[in-house]
Amino acid sequence: MLRRTPRRKPRSRRRWHERAITQARDCGLLGADILGSGRRLEVKIKQGAGAFVCGEETALIHSIEGQRGMPRPRPPYPVTRGLFGRPTVINNVETMANLPGLFRMGPEAFAALGTAGSKGTKVFALSGQISRTGLVEVAMGEPLRRIVEEIGGGVPEGHVFKAVQIGGPSGGCLPGPQLDIPVDYESLKTVGAMVGSGGLVVMDERACMVDVARYFMDFIQREGCGKCIPCREGTRQLLAILDSLGRGRRREEPAGALERFQGLISLERLARVIQDSSLCGLGQSARNPVLSTLRWFRAEYEAHAYDRRCPAKVCPELLLYEIEEDLCNGCTVCARKCPAEAIVGSRKSPHHIIAEKCRGCGSCLTACPSGAIKVS
Amino acid sequence: MSIEQVLARHPGRSRDHLIPLLQELQQELGFLSRPAIRQVAEHLGLPASKVWGVATFYNQFRFQPRGRFPVVVCRGTACHVKGSAAVLAALQHELKIEPGATTRDGLFSLEVVACIGACGLAPVIAVGDDYHAGVTPQQVGRILADCRRRAAEDAPTKAAVEEALA
Repeated sequence: MLRRTPRRKPRSRRRWHERAITQARDCGLLGADILGSGRRLEVKIKQGAGAFVCGEETALIHSIEGQRGMPRPRPPYPVTRGLFGRPTVINNVETMANLPGLFRMGPEAFAALGTAGSKGTKVFALSGQISRTGLVEVAMGEPLRRIVEEIGGGVPEGHVFKAVQIGGPSGGCLPGPQLDIPVDYESLKTVGAMVGSGGLVVMDERACMVDVARYFMDFIQREGCGKCIPCREGTRQLLAILDSLGRGRRREEPAGALERFQGLISLERLARVIQDSSLCGLGQSARNPVLSTLRWFRAEYEAHAYDRRCPAKVCPELLLYEIEEDLCNGCTVCARKCPAEAIVGSRKSPHHIIAEKCRGCGSCLTACPSGAIKVS
Repeated sequence: MSIEQVLARHPGRSRDHLIPLLQELQQELGFLSRPAIRQVAEHLGLPASKVWGVATFYNQFRFQPRGRFPVVVCRGTACHVKGSAAVLAALQHELKIEPGATTRDGLFSLEVVACIGACGLAPVIAVGDDYHAGVTPQQVGRILADCRRRAAEDAPTKAAVEEALA
């Protein structure tokens, strides 16, 4: 189904923010003399230009100053030397969004929500293979299972829950048995995940965890600023190892199998070295997507590396496509759709896939009107 | 609006004007041209290489004109889990261009972004100001055909061209 959702463009969103500031100034809540108190506060919006690493505070400062958004070593911390060399306080927008509630409810009522170490509420963006998607606000310490199963309505019918990815690209993947964990800063850290951005992506049996790790490593590798070597070169190596796990025999070098085994063995150590030696949070948390999937879904990694199969049937090069002769009526649709010209057969007689030519794209599977294509 | 007019809006020469200047120029020109980069550098008294370095660091900036229908594919986590890679592959196959490129007829350009910000509607693609939610690879052909039809409708008819020439 095709739905069009009206959404504001960033340009108009910016105008909307600026209108809010003008209104506050008109009401005397901003400016030189706030409500006659003699206090002065100005609010100015600086639009980001799209760089993941600018979530790091020193990178953000560089970005506002008009430089490349690259972090610098700390100390000096921004509170002593920050924006334009002056002491700077940096807060997340979500932190600031908590303030109205905090003032309205009073500190005691606010602190009554949540756990001992994590107070208040947290907004999560629930998405992925789940019945109800959207933004949900829960008290800190709520069990993950409640968010996924009760609020989100669980995975779509006919599918099995596999994992939930929490905390964005620097977060981790948690399996079903870990769902009873309370969602707060401390508990999530113990299982290799984090609250982070508040993203919650639910996955069912159709998701391949090696593919997910590869996806995140590709993202981190592209978004890394390139300043410090452990992160720049280390994430490249991690990605190369994950790539080798999904590479089929056809594209593998003669020593590919050896590299694959070696890669899987050194994956953990490499991830830890990157964590210990990277300059900023991006590199230090780059291990999370790899180590958390490796920790909870090791069997899937081993199936890729040793058995050369992808249990979730995601990694295209590891899939074996076959045509069931009894079901094929020789309509030739698949042969015409195949981009690799790997399907042979004459009209009205069963067709056949040449395994050596097949790229595993799955075009034939979607094209076949009689469901004769089998994947394993 | 010309490059000079945008520069005139930022009389300050300090470096923190650089990114807002580039953003406003891109808004006006559709992309950052070489002359634009050079003029920004002159305006702020910076080497052009520094301006280029900043512009290429951030994902927002483009250095080629966009197509009439800029197709933006979200490659966020939720979209990935819901099959955005297949949607992107279908778009590449249909348009026969790589992400970052524009088709020869100037109708379509293909872009990949880290997240559009509508994870609940995954997988999402944006064609100009139209957002399409829950897109499947099979729908891609129809979405593009729709754009082509709209472009054909706007195109001047043969009669109109002859009339204009006469």
